[in-house]
Amino acid sequence: MSADPLTRPDTARRRPAWHVATVAELAPETPTAARLVLDVPTWPGNDAGAHLDVRLTAPDGYQATRSYSIASSGETSRVVLAVDEVPDGEVSPFLVRELRPGDQLELHGPLGAFFVWQPSRDDRPVQLIAGGSGVVPLYAMAASHAAAADPAPFRLLYSVRTPRHVFFADELAALVGPAFDLDLAYTREAPDGRQGDIGRITKDTLAARTIPAARRPQVFVCGPTGFVEAVASWLRALGHAAADIRTERFGGT
Amino acid sequence: MTHLDGNVLAGALADIFSVDLTPASARCTGCGAVAQLAEAMVYTNAPGIVARCATCDHVLATVVDAGDRLWLSLTGLSGIELRRA
Ligand SMILES: Cc1cc2nc3c(=O)[nH]c(=O)nc-3n(C[C@H](O)[C@H](O)[C@H](O)COP(=O)(O)OP(=O)(O)OC[C@H]3O[C@@H](n4cnc5c(N)ncnc54)[C@H](O)[C@@H]3O)c2cc1C
Ligand SMILES: [Zn+2]
Repeated sequence: MSADPLTRPDTARRRPAWHVATVAELAPETPTAARLVLDVPTWPGNDAGAHLDVRLTAPDGYQATRSYSIASSGETSRVVLAVDEVPDGEVSPFLVRELRPGDQLELHGPLGAFFVWQPSRDDRPVQLIAGGSGVVPLYAMAASHAAAADPAPFRLLYSVRTPRHVFFADELAALVGPAFDLDLAYTREAPDGRQGDIGRITKDTLAARTIPAARRPQVFVCGPTGFVEAVASWLRALGHAAADIRTERFGGT
Repeated sequence: MTHLDGNVLAGALADIFSVDLTPASARCTGCGAVAQLAEAMVYTNAPGIVARCATCDHVLATVVDAGDRLWLSLTGLSGIELRRA
């Protein structure tokens, strides 16, 4: 017996597959990162927060695969990524510096039904917490939330080195409104006049600047592995249930 | 390299299973903890991918991709529960 095609969930239609992408646009995102706009004619669309795997193949056949979160969502054949260069990395320096418009890439996706947000039509608040490039899937969620005019209140706490290192800075600023609050926490350098606020996120930052556990927010945390693990443990200490915290680790320290 | 988590398994498992297993809940055969596969600790620097229990570090699953062949072991998992959307 097959499911009614009208009520079949998006995730069933969006079965992962291999796709050939053509680089449509490339632009610097931050001093160390690039935004990649890809044309993927066969792309089935994706939920906000999903990722894909990029596979590079060297002339000798050697292959390297890495995961990248998708900054875009919904029914579109334009797929947007934002990649931060990891010095001496195998894949990211190529994507950030060597890629040119018109180049082709092999992609596997869309992937991941755990770290995704779908419009819910309930008003349970959502707290997003990002470190560095970990903002990519959370930006997709915030943009999708705005596009759907979803009533759930959203907040993003974003830990970032300096104002120049903010990914999707203009887009995030444009989303700010009654249903979306953006809070930037600078670790190295703040805009003029805010030098006193510099520092890494701590348990106290979370207590003061995120939606309290008493309001039962759904929390999404994404960034370097060490950041995600510290934040998730502080959230639990602050009373959030483990089941309310979803995490995605990007690696590194 | 430090570990990742079970989200990164989605690509490797999509080549094998027709549904995404990363949001599935499963019991660790080491300590009995039940968690979603996305919450496992995943090491990708071994010859293959190794997923370990976040509670007790027991090996839950391994995937080794050798190009023309693929090995999958799920011996550390029991009672995998998939939700129909
Ligand atoms: C689900 C998922 C989604 C991701 N989404 C994004 C994204 O949207 N944007 C993005 O820029 N990256 C993202 N990443 C990280 C990305 O997959 C790569 O790990 C990263 O680009 C480094 O790859 P590389 O081949 O250049 O470095 P490698 O050759 O793999 O590593 C080189 C050195 O850098 C260290 N390293 C590895 N990864 C990182 C890291 N993330 N940060 C710091 N040091 C690291 C390694 O330990 C190693 O010592 C994501 C990872 C996952 C698992
Ligand atoms: Zn265990």
